[in-house]
Amino acid sequence: MLPLDELYQEVILDHYKNPKNQGTIENPDYKGHGVNPLCGDDVEIWIKLENGKIKSLKSIGKGCAVSQASLSMMGEALQGKSIEEARQAVEKFKKGMLEGGELHFEEYPDLEALEGVKKFPVRIKCAVLPWNTFLEALESHPSA
Amino acid sequence: MMTDIHSGNIPAASDIPETSRVPASDGAKIFKKTRDDFPILKRKIYGKPLIYLDNAATSQKPFSVIQAIQTYYENSNANIHRGVHHLAEEATSAYEAVRKKTAAFIHAKDHHSILFTRNCTEAINLAAFSWGRKFLKPGDEILLTEMEHHSNLIPWHFLKNEKGIELKFIPFNEEGILNLSKLPELLSSRTKLVSLTHISNSLGTINPIKQIIEAAHEKGALVLIDGAQSVPHLPVDVQDLNCDFLAFSSHKMLGPTGVGILYGKLELLEAMDPFMGGGEMIREVWLDHSTYSKPPWKYEAGTPNIADTIGFGAALDYLNQTGMKEIQKQEEELTRFALQRFSAEKEIKVYGPQNFKIHAGIISFNLEGIHPHDVGTILDQEGIAIRAGHHCTQPLMRKLGVSGTARASFYFYNTKEEVELLLQSIQKVFQIFHHAAAR
Repeated sequence: MLPLDELYQEVILDHYKNPKNQGTIENPDYKGHGVNPLCGDDVEIWIKLENGKIKSLKSIGKGCAVSQASLSMMGEALQGKSIEEARQAVEKFKKGMLEGGELHFEEYPDLEALEGVKKFPVRIKCAVLPWNTFLEALESHPSA
Repeated sequence: MMTDIHSGNIPAASDIPETSRVPASDGAKIFKKTRDDFPILKRKIYGKPLIYLDNAATSQKPFSVIQAIQTYYENSNANIHRGVHHLAEEATSAYEAVRKKTAAFIHAKDHHSILFTRNCTEAINLAAFSWGRKFLKPGDEILLTEMEHHSNLIPWHFLKNEKGIELKFIPFNEEGILNLSKLPELLSSRTKLVSLTHISNSLGTINPIKQIIEAAHEKGALVLIDGAQSVPHLPVDVQDLNCDFLAFSSHKMLGPTGVGILYGKLELLEAMDPFMGGGEMIREVWLDHSTYSKPPWKYEAGTPNIADTIGFGAALDYLNQTGMKEIQKQEEELTRFALQRFSAEKEIKVYGPQNFKIHAGIISFNLEGIHPHDVGTILDQEGIAIRAGHHCTQPLMRKLGVSGTARASFYFYNTKEEVELLLQSIQKVFQIFHHAAAR
């Protein structure tokens, strides 16, 4: 596959054009806002827990296909997980993106489509932004 | 349907002999040879000829500039001023000769009016700190515009916090043209400085600075012109404009990075306080106090960027030989052509004035439903270098209601063929994204 075709796979463009879990949550347990000041990608997420698990993760984002597809997929991948499981998944994703690890997630195979981003070093930060925003959201409400 | 940019009716740039890459209009003939002067323009990116359309960020450098820097280090390297040996003398006169050349280039009366800084940003900061800190009082106003680069906003934010001054802004309309009917209410006896860009780096708008300078002077306000995007591209005459400060940058006009220029009227430079303290800028120093040198040296503390200033001198020679009027004409023709071709495409939104007479060679655009970064990545794969993002003008982007734009910016070595190839590659961007939409 050509690098461009690998980057702009159908899965990614589908998530970009029809993002999942769009919207906000009133009285969320966690809330985060991440921006990439250099390129203007902007991600806001709201997280609601139930019985210690992520019941709902909603988001609103503006930005490129890579950041917005990554945001949409993250919401799908993390729902239903406990905070600790989610944290582990985020670390695995970041390792996959930044340190050459695998992006294979059995519970959400779509994420593998982001493998193509690795061939575009300047775009890796776009893919990672939503996941860093998730981690920051957890930090911003440590007592919740 | 375009499947590959190299399979359309326009021949691929690599198939065109170097000598015929430029359309054979009279003005353009002069520029046939010029591409050969720029070593980097022969480069291939991903196997495709480089199409460099990011000149508003930095220009490419001709061989003569690269060589001047090398020759300086090989033959004349020494620290300038105060040295008594031959090399120091040689380096000093080479460095100071560039100051005179710079003065002549912008038609300054006196070369003592030319200060060298690190870049255009530092030049504006110098004016803000050395003039602003000394002369501004609470309640004073500085008038800016809504289209300023961050480098002509943030230094004034500092002064606002420090001195309690007010900032006001000339608005622009939907075409990216300043609304000058607001000037009478924005300018008052409280206005101490009007600081604005000659050409918007995000919209390409050429502002009517002469008219604004006159209006400001009538109210007793000084005027600083950010010439980063204009001095490289058209003749600028500080005496004719009668601006009080002009800031610009070497690296956007064929010169090396690391050299900025602040022109200031001599009486202002004499009255202002120094910018930084250290060697070079002093007259006499005691343990607990000091007196300062005269302008320009008063503002050039420490060893300056000697080699790159000398490289900048070679850039000025190149521009003088080519002729700023010719450069302006060539770029005007290219911009007229690009604006025409771009506005014929329904799915491309072009920002800035439609009239090429007030639109410099900066084409800022967005493709319906596609983020500029994705545009930039796809064009890059075709060997086309453009910029994508907010271009250091976040307030302007906020007003346009976008997070960023894609921006193609020209210099005189660019050609109509390159604009055509850009448009063909844009079709490829649509193809990638619309293919997904159609499913």
